[in-house]
Amino acid sequence: MIVQMAIISRLPLLQGTVDLVLLVLLAWTLQEKVTTWWQWALIGGILVTYVSAMPSVTLLVGYLAATAFARIMQAQIWKTSVLAMFATVFLGTIVIHGLSIGVLLFSGTRIQLQESIQLVLFPSLLLNMLAALPVYILMKDLAGWLYPVEIQT
Amino acid sequence: MDFPSSSAGIRRTFTLVLVVVGLILLALGGYLNPLTRATLNPILAAQTWISTRYMALRDFLTVPRDIASLRARNAELEDQVSLLQAQVIDLEQQMREAQVASALLGWARTRPQNQYVAADVVGRDPSPYLHYIFINQGSDNGIRRGMPVVTENGLVGRVDAINAVGARIQIITDPSSAVNVRLETAETEAILMGSLTGEISLEMIPQEVELQKGDIVLTSGLGGNFPQNLVVGQVVNVQQPQGSLFQEADIQPSVDFNSLKVVLVITNFKPIDVTPLLPTSVP
Repeated sequence: MIVQMAIISRLPLLQGTVDLVLLVLLAWTLQEKVTTWWQWALIGGILVTYVSAMPSVTLLVGYLAATAFARIMQAQIWKTSVLAMFATVFLGTIVIHGLSIGVLLFSGTRIQLQESIQLVLFPSLLLNMLAALPVYILMKDLAGWLYPVEIQT
Repeated sequence: MDFPSSSAGIRRTFTLVLVVVGLILLALGGYLNPLTRATLNPILAAQTWISTRYMALRDFLTVPRDIASLRARNAELEDQVSLLQAQVIDLEQQMREAQVASALLGWARTRPQNQYVAADVVGRDPSPYLHYIFINQGSDNGIRRGMPVVTENGLVGRVDAINAVGARIQIITDPSSAVNVRLETAETEAILMGSLTGEISLEMIPQEVELQKGDIVLTSGLGGNFPQNLVVGQVVNVQQPQGSLFQEADIQPSVDFNSLKVVLVITNFKPIDVTPLLPTSVP
C-alpha cells in the first residue's frame, strides 16, 4: 500500500498506473496452499477504501470480486499457473476499472467514458499484465517459504 | 751483546714507514689512480652484483606484504569515498529541501495575514481516476477539513480528509474539483474545472468577455472555499463554440503538480458552508 501510494502512483503511463494491491491479492489467491485468500482480499480492500477518495466501497467490492474469480479459476479450471495469473489480472483489472468508472459517472464526476477507457483502463491493463509475472513469482516463493512441502522419509 | 738484529729491525721498520709515506704521497698526488682503479673495480663489481641480488631477493620476499597493505589502504579509501559520496548526496538533498522551504517562507512572509503549516507530500491516490495527494501533517498540527493548500507558485487544492497525522488533499486538477476564479485582465468571474487528464479549464465565461492569452487567473473568493487572489494559472487557449452562450479557456496551472514536494496549508482560513443558505423546496 505504501509502495503503491509513494511510488507506483507517481509512475503513470498516459493516466494509467499499476495496481500493486490487486496483483498481490490475485497472485496470493492463486497459490494452491493458501486458504486465507478472502481475508487478505478484505484487508487489502478496506485499506485501499480507507485511503482512496473513491466513493463508497467500490474498490473493496472490486477486490473481493476479482479474488473470488481467481479462486474459482484456481480450483475449477487451472491449477496454479502463470496463465491463470494473466487471465485473472486481465479480468480483475477490467472489473476494478469498470466499477470505478461506473461509480464515478453515477456520482456525477466529470469524466468521459471514451477518455477513461483510452487513457486509464488500457494503459493500466498493459502495466498490470507486464507486472503480473514478477509479482506471481514473488508470491509463489513466499507461499513456498510459508507453506513448505513436507518431505516424507 | 746482539746489535746486528736490532739494527736490522730498525732498518726494516724505517723502510716500511718510508714506503707507506711514499705511497700516501703518491696517492695524494694522484699517481696511484690507475692502480687503485684497477684494484677497486673488480671489488666494486662483485659488491654491486651481490647487492643487486640481495635487494631483488628482499623485494621478492617483502612485496606480498606491501601489496596486501596497499590493497587494504585502497579498500579503506574506497569506503571513505563511498561514505563521502553518500554524504554529498544527502547534503545536496538537504540543500534542495532548504531551497524549497526558503521559497515557501519567502512567499509566506509576503502574506503575513495568513497562518501556515508546511507539510511534505508523501503519496498520491491509488486510483488513477482521481487527483489527490497525501501530506504528513494532520489534525494534531491544526489542520482541518476544507483548508486551502498552496505553494509559493499558487493554489494546489484543499484538504479533503484528515486523521491525526496525515491529510488527503484534492488538487484542482481533479475531475470533481471546481474553483471560483476571476480573470485579472478581463475582470470577470468563471469556474475552474479539473479533468481526468489533469488539465484545467475555465467554463461559464460569457461570450462577450474578451479573453486574452496570458491573462492571469486568480481565486475570486466566491463560494467561500478559497481565499481571494491566490494565483491559479494563465490562459493558454480560448475556445468560442458557435451557438453557445459561454466560451471556454484552457489554463496552464502555475503549480507543477508532478513535482510537488512541500506544500503550505492555510490554517486560519475557515471555509464558509453555504448549504444552509441554499433554498429548499417546501412541501
